[in-house]
Amino acid sequence: MIPLGHYLIVSAVLFAIGTTGVFLRRNLITILLSIEIMLNAVNLSFVAFGRAAGDMDGQIITFFVMTVAAAEAAVGLALIIALFRHRESLNPDAFTSLKW
Amino acid sequence: MLALIPLFPLAGFVVNATLGRRLSKGVSGGLASLAMLASFGVSAVAVWQLAGMAPEARTVEQVLYTWIASGDLQIEAAFRLDQLSAVMILVVTGIGSLIHIYSTAYMHEETDGEFARYFSYLNLFAAFMLVLVLGASFPLMFVGWEGVGLCSYLLIGFWFRKRSASDAGKKAFIVNRVGDYAFILGMLSVFAQFGTLDFEAVAAAVAALPPEAGFGAISLAALLLFIGATGKSAQIPLYTWLPDAMEGPTPVSALIHAATMVTAGVYMIGRNAVLFSHAPDTMSIVAVIGAATALMAGTIGLVQNDIKRVLAYSTVSQLGYMFLAMGVGAFGAGIFHLYTHAFFKALLFLGSGAVIHALHGEQDLRNMGGLKKELPITYWTFLIGAVAIAGVPGLSGFFSKDEILFETFVEGHRVLWFVGMLTALLTATYMFRLVYLTFHGERRHDGPGGGHLHDAPPAMALVLIVLAVGSVAAGWIGIPHAVGGHNRLHTWLEPAFEAPGEREPEAGALATAGAQAGVEAEGAGAEAGEASHEALEVALMGVSSAVALSGIAFAWFVWIRRRQVADNMVRELPALHRLLLNKYYVDELYDAAIVQPIKVASEEGLWRWFDVRVIDGAVNGTGAVVDAGASLLRRLQTGSVRSYASSLLVGVLLILGYYLWR
Repeated sequence: MIPLGHYLIVSAVLFAIGTTGVFLRRNLITILLSIEIMLNAVNLSFVAFGRAAGDMDGQIITFFVMTVAAAEAAVGLALIIALFRHRESLNPDAFTSLKW
Repeated sequence: MLALIPLFPLAGFVVNATLGRRLSKGVSGGLASLAMLASFGVSAVAVWQLAGMAPEARTVEQVLYTWIASGDLQIEAAFRLDQLSAVMILVVTGIGSLIHIYSTAYMHEETDGEFARYFSYLNLFAAFMLVLVLGASFPLMFVGWEGVGLCSYLLIGFWFRKRSASDAGKKAFIVNRVGDYAFILGMLSVFAQFGTLDFEAVAAAVAALPPEAGFGAISLAALLLFIGATGKSAQIPLYTWLPDAMEGPTPVSALIHAATMVTAGVYMIGRNAVLFSHAPDTMSIVAVIGAATALMAGTIGLVQNDIKRVLAYSTVSQLGYMFLAMGVGAFGAGIFHLYTHAFFKALLFLGSGAVIHALHGEQDLRNMGGLKKELPITYWTFLIGAVAIAGVPGLSGFFSKDEILFETFVEGHRVLWFVGMLTALLTATYMFRLVYLTFHGERRHDGPGGGHLHDAPPAMALVLIVLAVGSVAAGWIGIPHAVGGHNRLHTWLEPAFEAPGEREPEAGALATAGAQAGVEAEGAGAEAGEASHEALEVALMGVSSAVALSGIAFAWFVWIRRRQVADNMVRELPALHRLLLNKYYVDELYDAAIVQPIKVASEEGLWRWFDVRVIDGAVNGTGAVVDAGASLLRRLQTGSVRSYASSLLVGVLLILGYYLWR
């Protein structure tokens, strides 16, 4: 059986990849995908912890996270479309008009 | 029932102050006068009942409610009528009613609204004055004390569109505040000493102590109260506001600045006679200040050219007499003079008002003269007032002034007696100067349109005649024993100047009262002593009559017979004349010594430094700090999503790191 630590390492690597993507990519859609990767990294660690503890809680909360992620993708994509219509650009640096 | 006395004028004030604008002059003036007359009626009934009681039990008290209850301090809002306040309420409501009636004619040229405003102030004044004299404790007296000060301010500045009038009002108010401050301190030190503020309780507590040998706590309390009195009663050093107060309408000068309010200080000392007579040091100060004020104001009155200012200085001078009497312990004599003075000074002021009215506002003596024929009623009544104040035998001023001088002499204050005599001479001189310059000699004015002058209208004439009768007869209740009379007022007032505990029936017998201050005249005890006393009194009367008559004769000589004498004197002694004409430069002195430093300190110190730098600086500084901080913080808000996300990340890492490596 694969020990818990391995799962966690994979999860951490995935999370780091997602985080790096959020910070380095210049495309809103890619950033959204990176966020999904981060969420799935978290899901992985939940499931791993649930399995190690021997109950269903980890899996249950993972379903919740997946639901939220689906909703987030829907809303996020809609926002991105709206933003694109506004500026003809997907670069997040184009949307800084909130600053004073 | 006592509460009704101030309540009537108060009701008059409320009506005139709220509805006055819509009432006609007849209604508002009539209402105000009626309120005063009603108050006078109630006062008369109350005093009548008081007179029906046994002499040592003559006190009526009415507790309205508990005003202040805080620990040991228990102050009732209570009115108390005794012999002293009985005299005062009769003077206030009696003279007050007359002056209200006079005012209905005098103020007739004002618009309806102004007319009602005038009467509402006048009624409010009467209400406060009655609270002052009826109040049974220091705080309630203080309510009246402040209230009359307020009304005085309002009435001096009645014609507030005139710059000098509103300035005079402010001056009166501010100078009075100085005295009021001392009065409060005096009140507090009385409370600190005796733990009570009720007049009777204080008197009882003081009576248990021996008179102070040095200048101790009682003397200090009495001195502070006296300083309060110098403010309200226009004595040195706080007298300067009274001559300026003549900017107000003339009936106001008569009522407030001659007959009633300015006597509040004298009344207050009389009310606290026991306290003051236990403070001999303070009493000496009171006597000296009184005599000095009398003399100084008399000399100034000699050269002033404004008819009302002469009378104002005369008032200051007469108040000085009253304080002299209080200071030598002759409380009865002081109150007697207060009472007679109210008649003749009100008469003189109202007479001068009639002159001013006839001449349409002319107040300068140099522009009068020869009015005797044209204003007969005014002339004769004014003359009676002048004779009364000058101290011609038989009239009211003679008896009261003479009693003061006699008591001063008997108490051993020879210098003060001499000053008093000198003042009596001055009084006779400047009063008759006033009479001669106003009514005698050739006419020095054109009159309105050069035409015929109108004497006082009926309402004014009636009041003048009533007051003239009063000026003649008011003294007759105090004819001294020495000339075959009986000083009823003295006997009546005597218990009021003693502590309640000492008011034993035997005190009614005059012999035992000898120890009490101020009753030496009757209480000399031994027959022989009394006889020599009476001889002395008659002799002194002769002296003061001679002084009064020679003053009148001197005035006649200088201002009627040889007009050039006065001018010669002015030419010979220009420095003295200028000094007197400019009132010893006291106003200028106060201005330089007090007003200007305060102004400079206020402008440079309080305004330009404290207000602008410190207070405004603190406010603006707060703003500047926030502004600077915000302009630093705003750099954090870049609008870039990724910079927010990276700070989020850094934060998360820091928190995680903290927990991991803790």
